[in-house]
Amino acid sequence: MNVSRQRCAAPWSNPSRVEIRVVGAQSRKAREAPTANQSNMNSKIKKAGTHTNQSEGLIFEKSSPGKRAFELPPLDVPAADPAKALGASHRSEGVEGFPEVSEIEVMRHFTRLSTWNYAIDLGMYPLGSCTMKYNPRVNEFVARLDGIATEHPYQPQELSQGCLKILQLLEKCLLEITGMDSVTLQPAAGAQGELTGLLLIRAYHEKNGNPRRKVLIPDSAHGTNPATAVIAGYEVENIKSESHGQIDVEKLRDLVTEDVAALMITNPSTLGIFEERIPEITEILHAKGALLYMDGANMNALTGVTRPGDLGVDVMHLNLHKTFSTPHGGGGPGAGPVAMKKILEPFRPVPILVEKEGGRLALDQMRPDSIGRVKAFSGNFGVLVRALAYILAYGPGVRQATEDAVLNANYIRKHLEGVFDLPYSLPSMHEVVFSDAIQKKNGVNTMDIAKRLIDYGFHPYTTAFPLIVPGALMIEPTESESREECDLFIDAMRSIAEEAATNPELVKTAPHTTRVRRLDEVGAARKPILRWKPESPRSKAAD
Amino acid sequence: MRYLPKSPVERQDMLAAIGAKSIDELFESIPERYRLREALKLPGPLSETEVIEFFKARAAENSGGYTSFLGAGVYSHLRSVITDAIIQRGEFLTSYTPYQAEITQGTLQAIFEFQTLMCQLTGQEVANASMYDGSTATTEAVLMAERLTGRQRVLVARSVHPEYRDVLKTYAKNSGLHVEEIPYAADGTLDQKALQAALKDDVAAVVVQSPNFFGVIEPVAGLSNTAHTTGALLVVAVAEGVSLGIVKPPAEADIVAMEAQSFGLAPSYGGPFAGVVASRDKFVRQMPGRLAGQTTDSEGQRGFVLTLATREQHIRREKATSNICTNQALCALAATVHLTLLGKEGLREMAHQNLSKAQFALSELVKIPGVRRAFDAPFFNEFTIELPRSVKLVNAYMLREKIIGPFVLGTAYPELTKHALVCVTETTSRAEIERFAAALRRALEQPL
Repeated sequence: MNVSRQRCAAPWSNPSRVEIRVVGAQSRKAREAPTANQSNMNSKIKKAGTHTNQSEGLIFEKSSPGKRAFELPPLDVPAADPAKALGASHRSEGVEGFPEVSEIEVMRHFTRLSTWNYAIDLGMYPLGSCTMKYNPRVNEFVARLDGIATEHPYQPQELSQGCLKILQLLEKCLLEITGMDSVTLQPAAGAQGELTGLLLIRAYHEKNGNPRRKVLIPDSAHGTNPATAVIAGYEVENIKSESHGQIDVEKLRDLVTEDVAALMITNPSTLGIFEERIPEITEILHAKGALLYMDGANMNALTGVTRPGDLGVDVMHLNLHKTFSTPHGGGGPGAGPVAMKKILEPFRPVPILVEKEGGRLALDQMRPDSIGRVKAFSGNFGVLVRALAYILAYGPGVRQATEDAVLNANYIRKHLEGVFDLPYSLPSMHEVVFSDAIQKKNGVNTMDIAKRLIDYGFHPYTTAFPLIVPGALMIEPTESESREECDLFIDAMRSIAEEAATNPELVKTAPHTTRVRRLDEVGAARKPILRWKPESPRSKAAD
Repeated sequence: MRYLPKSPVERQDMLAAIGAKSIDELFESIPERYRLREALKLPGPLSETEVIEFFKARAAENSGGYTSFLGAGVYSHLRSVITDAIIQRGEFLTSYTPYQAEITQGTLQAIFEFQTLMCQLTGQEVANASMYDGSTATTEAVLMAERLTGRQRVLVARSVHPEYRDVLKTYAKNSGLHVEEIPYAADGTLDQKALQAALKDDVAAVVVQSPNFFGVIEPVAGLSNTAHTTGALLVVAVAEGVSLGIVKPPAEADIVAMEAQSFGLAPSYGGPFAGVVASRDKFVRQMPGRLAGQTTDSEGQRGFVLTLATREQHIRREKATSNICTNQALCALAATVHLTLLGKEGLREMAHQNLSKAQFALSELVKIPGVRRAFDAPFFNEFTIELPRSVKLVNAYMLREKIIGPFVLGTAYPELTKHALVCVTETTSRAEIERFAAALRRALEQPL
């Protein structure tokens, strides 16, 4: 993958100034070794090929005093004397180290960086639990409209009826989808939704005289569940899953006392399996006055098919950046609305959307029993807009998306069963969890397989989660994948399994085709370099 | 449905491959009585054109055609079209959290640049990427101070954004924190005598905002010295980041909690924005949220990874420094692009324009009989004026002139019903400021 680049002066200048350099000759030497690309690029790799991408240093390394990428219109009022106006608080120099570059350099810098990323727009993203589905562009368009993106949260409510109608319609849609009685759109992400839900539960128990002490969490749960319970002031008690990976209902019966505030479940579980005994679970909890919290991370398996409210769930959050297609953006923004039963409604965080006489909508800030405010202003409004656009595009047809998601997961399961170990054999819904038990015999683990998948043109699946499956391969295709893409994925996984048996080194040293090879994470944590500093040596990549 | 890439025949073929007779068979693990028999009652389906029409109709029911003098934590600033063009590239927009470093170097390097820019702006040594917004960043900064000091009393200036204080109280309620509020002095800054009186050796943090909610700049260096006399940490919230282009950074703070909305993010009715926690290197292991770090690959090339993950919930579960997972990465990217475009000189000039417009607006407004400046301490692009009558009434009048008046301080401070928080930025023209002054003059001339 050595790249030759010509840096040519203008044709009319002295031809002796034309330089031809081989870029990265030093740093990429290893790639010229026997394992050259050809041999790493198995002929079975159909989805991806390699191509040149641009090198790019840090923006700070391109900076040169006097360059500008943005010009402001001229000042139309008298220029203030900052020293006089600000006194001792005046920052008399520009921000030390800030970049000074031109517009084309900014455009190229970030465009080059972008080409080093994998993305849904490029291909399948089988990340279990993350529901990486297609993000429709019209959602981006409407979130940026004048009159939507431009609105200030403190503008008079009579001038915000459009925003409030959007919130109201989204609330109604989410209530219909979840089968719950009431909803708050305030939480900024799933984890904040979890916290909001647990604070609602706490407020409810407090109102009944005792906040209770414990929250029960299955060992298959997302890490946010226990981390959130602690912030809500609860002790975490972990419940071991039974041999099929489901909640151990008998054990649960012993554990649920009047000291338990709630059980947090994920349904379908992180194994992609529906908790069949949920009606019993609900009964056990309710008999002792405890509530059932559902992590809605896997709602993509249920939408339009069944409703958590009907299953006896008391409170749940939704990840709009999963089930409802708002873009993940490399790690947010998301939104984590919380839907609940009537008993929890009085405790909802402010502000609360209310409909006044004549249909006028308003945000109510004064609620005596409210848990308070969880975020400034009115939730991640722009994300809520995108989610509503998604729901409107489907309408009642959203069930088809759920069916396709479950179809894809089962299709992949069918074709990979036997090739990879399936530790839990109950029916899969939207995702399937294998283990690396077969490949481990040749010293190849789930992370190796995941990294090799990159060479085949796919983003890895979720590795090593859930914790109850040693060496887990957690695969969630979502409804956005065509049969063709699923087939390519299946072929890739089968081919890697073969490589793991015949040429394990090839898998263990993957990826072979990326810009950078496996990175030294231990070194990064041991001696953290978390910002650029002027004295740091200029990188090879920038040269 | 246009988002679904399967034909009916393909679905049948796939079912056949699985060995299922119908799609319903795949849902049999859901007890029969809980399976929906009817379709959900949802509006739609809508074509792309209809989706756009729906939202355009909603947009038309909002504030189009009005001039606004609102700030109070959400600011209108110039935004280059470049920023949106870049963050809408699918490779950024539709990429996941960069756990797989080999195929997310773009996001990781951009995060590293964001962290650097935030350090440069705030005068701090390390910055995370990112928190939900300024309010949760402030809260997480306080929780971080609690972990660092092992103390549980927190002194928060009443001049910190009222909604930031509300969020802090929501989180504090169950983490054993005791939040006490410290009043403001006559000049609008924190009342130092009251602070001295409340400051004991059980205080984890003193929390101020600068510029504060009244627009005035707090004496951060002095407050830092005061807080440190009893071993408390100073947390400084920054709600208007553009101020840092011309106002001294809160370098003496122990933890800075910043709202990055002013860096290229639209007001968007209150979100999504991005919060930042910045601090000292020695405190990094107690920081919440994601951090990208520089490292090398097996061939010695520079690369970036998410690092110090042992602080985070997916590794530490109930012992994590925060429960945050999904944050505001794309917003942080927008801020990175925006600040790169502005650069050293652009940010300074933008900040100077804000300062100049605010100075001009104040000078125009205090010419009106009965209007006076309320707090004397230096300010950036927001300032408080006192009117001879209720701000609510005055604002109601100005709406008729298509002006959205300043923030009514009485809604959060019962003692300030005649006080208004005026915001002008580089986007406010001289003509708009003059029209506002004229409208205010007429409003005050109206018979009560």
